Amino acid sequence: MRLTLHVWRQAGPAAPGRFERYEMPDADEHMSFLEMLDVLNGRLIEQGKEPIAFEHDCREGICGTCGMVINGRPHGPVKQVTACQLHMRSFRDGDQIWLEPWRSRAFPVLKDLVVDRSALDRIIQAGGYISIRTGATPDANAVPVPKRHADRAMDAAACIGCGACVAACPNASAMLFTAAKIAHLGYLPQGQPERFGRVLAMVQRMDAEGFGSCTNHGSCEAACPKGVSLDFIARLNRDLIRATFGKGMEAESAAGGAA
Amino acid sequence: MELHSRVPDGPIEQKWDKARFDLKLINPSNKRKFEIIVVGSGLAGASAAATLGELGYRVKCFTYHDSPRRAHSISAQGGINASKNYQNDGDSVFRLFYDTVKGGDFRAREANVYRLAQVSANIIDQCVGQGVPFAREYGGLLANRSFGGAQVSRTFYARGQTGQQLLLGAYQALERQIALGAVTMYPRTEMLDVIVVNGQARGIVVRDLVTGAIGSHFGHAVALCTGGYANVFFLSTNAKACNVTATWRAYKRGAAFANPCFTQIHPTCIPQAGAYQSKLTLMSESLRNDGRIWVPARAGDSRPANDIPEAERDYYLERFYPSYGNLAPRDVSSRRAKEMVDGGHGVGAEKNGVYLDFRDSLQRLGKPVIAERYGNLFDMYKQITGEDPYTVPMRIYPAPHYTMGGLWVDYNLMSTIPGLYVLGEANFSDHGANRLGASALMQGLADGYFVLPYTIGDYLASTRFASVAADVPEAQTAEREAADRTKRLLAVNGKRTVDTFHRELGRVLWHECGMGRTEAGLKRALVEIPRIREEYWRDVRVPGNAADLNQELEKAGRVADFLEFGELMCLDALDRNESCGGHFREESQTADGEAKRDDERYAHVSAWEYTGPTSAPRLHKEPLVFEYVKLATRSYK
Repeated sequence: MRLTLHVWRQAGPAAPGRFERYEMPDADEHMSFLEMLDVLNGRLIEQGKEPIAFEHDCREGICGTCGMVINGRPHGPVKQVTACQLHMRSFRDGDQIWLEPWRSRAFPVLKDLVVDRSALDRIIQAGGYISIRTGATPDANAVPVPKRHADRAMDAAACIGCGACVAACPNASAMLFTAAKIAHLGYLPQGQPERFGRVLAMVQRMDAEGFGSCTNHGSCEAACPKGVSLDFIARLNRDLIRATFGKGMEAESAAGGAA
Repeated sequence: MELHSRVPDGPIEQKWDKARFDLKLINPSNKRKFEIIVVGSGLAGASAAATLGELGYRVKCFTYHDSPRRAHSISAQGGINASKNYQNDGDSVFRLFYDTVKGGDFRAREANVYRLAQVSANIIDQCVGQGVPFAREYGGLLANRSFGGAQVSRTFYARGQTGQQLLLGAYQALERQIALGAVTMYPRTEMLDVIVVNGQARGIVVRDLVTGAIGSHFGHAVALCTGGYANVFFLSTNAKACNVTATWRAYKRGAAFANPCFTQIHPTCIPQAGAYQSKLTLMSESLRNDGRIWVPARAGDSRPANDIPEAERDYYLERFYPSYGNLAPRDVSSRRAKEMVDGGHGVGAEKNGVYLDFRDSLQRLGKPVIAERYGNLFDMYKQITGEDPYTVPMRIYPAPHYTMGGLWVDYNLMSTIPGLYVLGEANFSDHGANRLGASALMQGLADGYFVLPYTIGDYLASTRFASVAADVPEAQTAEREAADRTKRLLAVNGKRTVDTFHRELGRVLWHECGMGRTEAGLKRALVEIPRIREEYWRDVRVPGNAADLNQELEKAGRVADFLEFGELMCLDALDRNESCGGHFREESQTADGEAKRDDERYAHVSAWEYTGPTSAPRLHKEPLVFEYVKLATRSYK
């Protein structure tokens, strides 16, 4: 198939960016989207031009490294599929394809389609963990976990940290990312002792990193390649209210169930 | 160079206890005087960095990714083994140890494997405490499944994303230590060399992948947790950036490289679809629990799968191995698949796969059960191939997946360079010539959480350290060499892209040093690889410049190392004139086509010493002694 690509090119964080047009006369429908870019880059190199910088690694949809806005949608047109798992059979002969980096104040562009997402790591540093020492844990079966709680925790933990939720959000909020980690740990008995302190610290960090506020727009859930649910944001808000108005902190010291 | 395995005396079940007592301790308030460099942030690196930071050491952790959470451990699907015996089905530390030594075809060091089986139980406790959402039963306790070649259910899992969840557990522990200031994280920073001062590993040379700046970091010890080298084949299930550079540069500074020819070709991957293919995708072998593998009985049969009647299907693994059937170990399953495809029974448009069929399980268990067990894998398969495995069988074929070989380490995980430790897939120690399913995650976390934190203290406590700073000549030399190499790669300005050379190298290795190896083929490869390497340095084109985010330059350095390393791999394969595990020398097989070991001549670890750019590497042998697992022919019939 013949495609025309319009790719955001930007030499560095401070440099101005612009779209450049590339013709791709012979894309194969069995290629992955990134393989199509590999082929294009190979040709650019042979022509003595600078290839397009884009991030990728596992190409199996799990590492969260890849990510670009394809025709206005983070990770492209197919629901719950990362850019690396997208295949050219999702496009038609003659298509125009526009490629842009994640756009958010908290994700500065490093080069072309590569952005700096270290703000997400700093949100985790604020409290996205359970504070235990290596080797200090009881037997793994000492604390039973209701299957439905374990399953919900896993649903939330499926987040790959790619940042598509931020790119999709009109406010560039990182609420879905933050909420997923809070829900993952909050559903489990092991996560109870720090539950309410965690939500305060992580939300505060998220705000400090320059992410916007959540206005329940819902684009994040639609763009999430792992289908992480908006329900977790509601859960975060409930925990945040309990934490802010004190009751949660009392509950935290009691380290109760995962309600 | 001498190889001292430093295995403690005494009965095997007491060795680790004895070692932990004999290893010197460091006073808690003195730990902060020691600085440790951890390279890599996968399961081994993140768990080691987090634990060492927690103990009070000052830790610097390096990754070439934008975040430590991206490491390739995250892609592991199936699970992690542990000798918990929660299923009451006869498992024990000894059985896990026994299975791992036997599964590795008797080419691993017994004492290391026993320790691995011992600490496996602690890993599960640790991960549950961290909030890893393992699969559970309705009573709230942990679920298990049987996995690749095991007759007990000892595998813990988190849907098809076990590696992701374990890595996130370790990553979160690491981020906590970063927040506490115990660990300094260096993302987007690639290690290019080890700095050896007075015979001790004292630092690393790195390149900042954003600015291109080359610089040094110093410490009292260095731990390489840099994964395996399966990408030497170009097409593998590894993530695109996985490479041999860290271990290869350490080799060139004096660390012995052990058993480089021991590579694992995983039986269940999606077959290659076209010439532009950039990587191969693994389908978890947990699928073999409910899927049946078959090919058309008649060679060249090109009817659609569902049109082939039962009587004309050959369920060859069930036929060859009645007791293990579709769960036969990876090396055996892969070789049989190759045999079927080579014999003209291949399926799919390219005739390059075999079927993995869920029809019978779907009938027996129903679609909801299959969807709960494998839903994400089925979706992934459909997304990649455009075919629906609920209605037509999957097509699979073996692909390079894991490398058992790696830098040689002693019982304490120290390489032949004092102060240089090697953890996880980057070392050679636990899997022999074939790794069992769900054992890689176990080893990475065992090394990082429960082995290195004990053993490194002994070295730090008993070693005298001179002070080193940026002006030590060894660091300046290493930095200059790294910078020169970068300059040379950019200066070639030839006609071919890096990838074309990498693919060419991969093709040679896949044919001559893949699932079947022969003396003649390996000798051909040993002529071909230097030729490709010579052409690489004459005709590669690396665009851009050194002081920039330059992904082609990163790749070029890694491929240059693969072009050297591939030769050592073939040399090792040629030297080992026996078949064992994933290393199948066609000259050495039984009448019915099974691997034939030669314990008389090859019950040893082959550790190669670098002797210079123009001289042949020197082979050292560590004899393997089997006191607890009797040397026997592996049989899965």
